[in-house]
Amino acid sequence: MLDHSSKVINKIFITIFLFLIPFSAFSEEKNIELIETNWSFNGLFGTFDRASLQRGYQVYQEVCSGCHSVQHLSYRNLSEEGGPEFSIEEVKAIVSQFEIEDGPNSDGEMFMRSARLSDKFISPYPNIEASTSANDGAYPPDMSVLAKARTGGADYIYSLLMGYEEPPEGIELDDGVYYNKYMPGNKIKMSEPVSDGIVEYSDGTQPSKAQIAKDVTTFLVWASEPHLESQHRMGFKTIIYLIILITLVYMSKQKVWSRFDSKTTEEEEAFDKVEKVLTKYEGEDPKTFK
Amino acid sequence: MSEEKYIPKSKLAQWFDSRLPLLTLSHHLQSYPTPKNLNYWWTFGGILTFCLITQIVTGLVLAMHYVAHVDHAFESIEHIMRNVNYGWLIRYVHANGASMFFLAVYIHIFRALFYGSYKSPREVIWIIGLLIYILMMATAFMGYVLPWGQMSFWGATVITNLFSAIPFIGDSITTWLWGGYSVDNPTLNRFYSLHYLLPFLIFGLVVLHIWALHIPGNNNPIGIDVKKNSNETMPFHPYMVMKDIFALLLFITVFLWFVFFAPNVLGHPDNYIEANPLVTPAHIVPEWYLLPFYAILRAIPSKLGGVIFMFASIFILMLLPWLDTSKVRSAIFRPIYKKLFWVLFFVVILLGYLGAKPPEGIYLILSRLATAYYFIHFLVILPLLGRYEKTDPLPQSISDPVLNKPGVLDKFKKVAAEYEGENVGSFK
Repeated sequence: MLDHSSKVINKIFITIFLFLIPFSAFSEEKNIELIETNWSFNGLFGTFDRASLQRGYQVYQEVCSGCHSVQHLSYRNLSEEGGPEFSIEEVKAIVSQFEIEDGPNSDGEMFMRSARLSDKFISPYPNIEASTSANDGAYPPDMSVLAKARTGGADYIYSLLMGYEEPPEGIELDDGVYYNKYMPGNKIKMSEPVSDGIVEYSDGTQPSKAQIAKDVTTFLVWASEPHLESQHRMGFKTIIYLIILITLVYMSKQKVWSRFDSKTTEEEEAFDKVEKVLTKYEGEDPKTFK
Repeated sequence: MSEEKYIPKSKLAQWFDSRLPLLTLSHHLQSYPTPKNLNYWWTFGGILTFCLITQIVTGLVLAMHYVAHVDHAFESIEHIMRNVNYGWLIRYVHANGASMFFLAVYIHIFRALFYGSYKSPREVIWIIGLLIYILMMATAFMGYVLPWGQMSFWGATVITNLFSAIPFIGDSITTWLWGGYSVDNPTLNRFYSLHYLLPFLIFGLVVLHIWALHIPGNNNPIGIDVKKNSNETMPFHPYMVMKDIFALLLFITVFLWFVFFAPNVLGHPDNYIEANPLVTPAHIVPEWYLLPFYAILRAIPSKLGGVIFMFASIFILMLLPWLDTSKVRSAIFRPIYKKLFWVLFFVVILLGYLGAKPPEGIYLILSRLATAYYFIHFLVILPLLGRYEKTDPLPQSISDPVLNKPGVLDKFKKVAAEYEGENVGSFK
């Protein structure tokens, strides 16, 4: 009876399992697939394309920065290792374009001064309320960690930039609302930000829409993870170190354990004998057994 | 412990040890007899100790840079990630360390369930372990609130609101927890304070957990008592120490792989959006390790009922040593329990999956079925199974030859069956 019940449980188990496989396969949300790009910063050895980061900064500055802040980046980051790696002179030239409010001074007055390398990127609006009201109720998010704050990361940002389309028939859009096939809900209040030739690259790269989108996406990934390259480098070294250490520790462990195992060889030999006898007589007719 | 009395060699050591027996303790820890047949599932105790210490050390450094204020918390995390030397490494170790801690604790708990480690005489070890687990969940939950992202804020709102389900005094309790009328700066401050405190309580309980373990000694895969000071046990040092270090290094490799190459896959992207009380995320989900409880919470149609069932699902485990009436510890000798163990494992994974899904349609139906099964397993099946299950014969000792080699037991049984009923006298 108990053998039987154990079989029944087996069957129930398998049935539940078989039932759930197709269920889980179909239940995935029907999200549109993002455009997959072979980003240079992905993978174990991923590094940023320096030129692309520099162009990406230019796109941010000329196209995005009118509405979007990157308040956690500092200007000095632009020259740091693992980033766009502009020279100090180049960054100083960049910084000299900006004025920043500082103070209060000894008279208690706020004053304007030119920006320094140590300053954070200047935000287009003084606060979220100002940016919301200036943008028709839709607040343009800060882009410092945008690549980490969206499912799909870099692929999502790139797809979104490339995903503007005429709305399909039957979908009515209000003024100031655009159709984007990658945006959740498909409606977006940001007009198409990049198009062919919207910036002019000084390094001779063709400023196609796809190229611009790629460059600014790369820049945003770096902005959200400025230490990504050292993270990858250190990760690789650490894993190699661990593999060597694990091998050595395993060998030491075997060596230490062999001390104990040798004490039990006598027993083990006895076990082996029993096993041999059992194997020898397995399946034989007991009547012929002598 | 049936160890011989330890006497330090030098006079000075004897003088000290008779006043504070640290040397005796150290000797006990080294010579502590462990069953020689422990498998690698038994290495997770050491791994968990490592996890706790890692969390405390990295947390200590993070606390030097973190600012517990609603206006600065999110920014201070970015400051750690960008400007603090190796701040990104310390924070990613701490954040992924929480997930790794839970991964290890779940393996540790399911190991105890499979091999019956909660049974007499180890009930107190089990209960202390569960208290540690409950404190771990509280600590992790409050830690997740500290970055003050969207999931931090809304997760805190959902969980603290559960207390408002308590009749009559619920609302007052919630207000008291918040320190105001919603999750706000006072809430963040007290969560930070408690998040710093609880790990040290956990540490204290871990000491008790190990102390309680050292009274009866380890269970083992066969589940029968071992003879101490025989060749069935080996001293903890160096044998188990070496084995634990080896297993720990493998674990650290997986851990650091996440830290360096996928530090954010175990978190939710929404937590990189600063908390905004005016914008509710589309789906509020807790961290992966709390999902099964979240599924149980939402499976029950009433709020109070959900809360009761969620807490009951943990506290029921405290009664497990008495709910499981079988005298046989290891599932190896319990053919039906062995299968039901895997059913339970599967149901818990399913609950975790359902906890991440919206509570509607097929997900809700399955959540209810899985929740019902979870409670039936502990409250109905286990008490009855111990009475009616026909267990396999237990060996005399853990070094029983027939058992040590796979398949040999079957052969032995087969040969024995062939001789059943034969006259032994005619046997030459």
